[in-house]
Amino acid sequence: MNRRAIEIVVGLFVAAGFAALFVLAMQVSNLNQLNTSGGYHVTAFFQNIGGLKVGAPVTISGVTIGRVSSIWYNPRQYEAEVKMDIAPSQNYLPKDTSASIYTQGLLGEQYIALEPGGSLQNLKDGDVIHYTQSALVLEEIVGNLLARMTTK
Amino acid sequence: MIGAIQSLGRWGLGVFERLGRGIMFLVRVLLGLGNLVTRPVLIIRELYSVGVLSFLIILVSGLFVGMVLGLQGYVTLSRFGAESSLGVVVALSLVRELGPVVTALLFAGRAGSALTAEIGLMKATEQLSGMEMMAVDPIKRVVAPRFLAGFIAMPLLAAIFSAVGVYGGMFVGVGLLGVDSGSYWSQMQATVDLHNDILNGVIKSLVFGFVATWIAVYEGYDATPTSEGVSRATTRTVVNTALAVLGLDFILTALMFGNPR
Repeated sequence: MNRRAIEIVVGLFVAAGFAALFVLAMQVSNLNQLNTSGGYHVTAFFQNIGGLKVGAPVTISGVTIGRVSSIWYNPRQYEAEVKMDIAPSQNYLPKDTSASIYTQGLLGEQYIALEPGGSLQNLKDGDVIHYTQSALVLEEIVGNLLARMTTK
Repeated sequence: MIGAIQSLGRWGLGVFERLGRGIMFLVRVLLGLGNLVTRPVLIIRELYSVGVLSFLIILVSGLFVGMVLGLQGYVTLSRFGAESSLGVVVALSLVRELGPVVTALLFAGRAGSALTAEIGLMKATEQLSGMEMMAVDPIKRVVAPRFLAGFIAMPLLAAIFSAVGVYGGMFVGVGLLGVDSGSYWSQMQATVDLHNDILNGVIKSLVFGFVATWIAVYEGYDATPTSEGVSRATTRTVVNTALAVLGLDFILTALMFGNPR
């Protein structure tokens, strides 16, 4: 093979490699997922977050509008404090929006579902969501059920 | 008894001697890389023999590994009714582990052994000493371009392997087994993280490429200059690369994914 052909083939090979990296970045990873930069943060307190993880989706009517950015235990409130990043386009959420932790499917990942309220004021950066519903813990439900069955 | 202990000691000293020589050799190669800026043609030729000629085997193995992952993942996941997570299983196992590791093993077998045999034969036929006679440093002229080409080619090959594997898994999962193509892609995109998964996979393949090519060129340069010596060096390349890659993979995995978020 002459030099020109080798150069062309090597160029094609390198291009294919970078194309594969590009496919991995764009098609396989979460790069083209919702970008929440420039959005605003809201905080919610939960009795029990179950298996919620940082990076879990925040949805409204099933549409992802943000991500969980941090989770820690607040020792003053005796509750878990969950911070969420909401996309900048979703700045019309009423102040009395409620947040619940649900599970995708029976064994899927947990996510936060927001339910808009009726207030005329909107949530702003740094606000706290007051109405929350904790995650359903399967063991708790089974325990309650067993207790009820045995007391009868 | 004494003889056994003596030979054990000789073996141990030999291992450290070869390791030390390998590191000195690596330093000389890295210093020799500067010369390549003036002669990029040398790298292109080596990229052809190391990268382009490995392209087909990587493509075919990536496709089949992805298809096997799709099949095995489906069988296990369908037991829990979680077939929709098939994309996550296929993509994460390829990007994090199988892509870099299997590519490195194939790379050692396809390109590494060829590098060792080529350099070893050059040494056996005294081409390397001939170059030295002509005041051409064989490390700069022969070894450095091969090393750099391997280092460049390996991450590209690993990326091709992973990308093709994801489509192979899709072919089996979505095309043959009836997983919904929307949930295959969307669950994958929701779970696979650009930084934590893909970038770490690329770092892994960079490290493996470095180590695999280093071992290959060193074994060739260090080979006993006989036909038997070259054949043993080629075997050592494949064996040592496989051991080094698998060992390093554990360390890298522990560093990258050891503490869950």
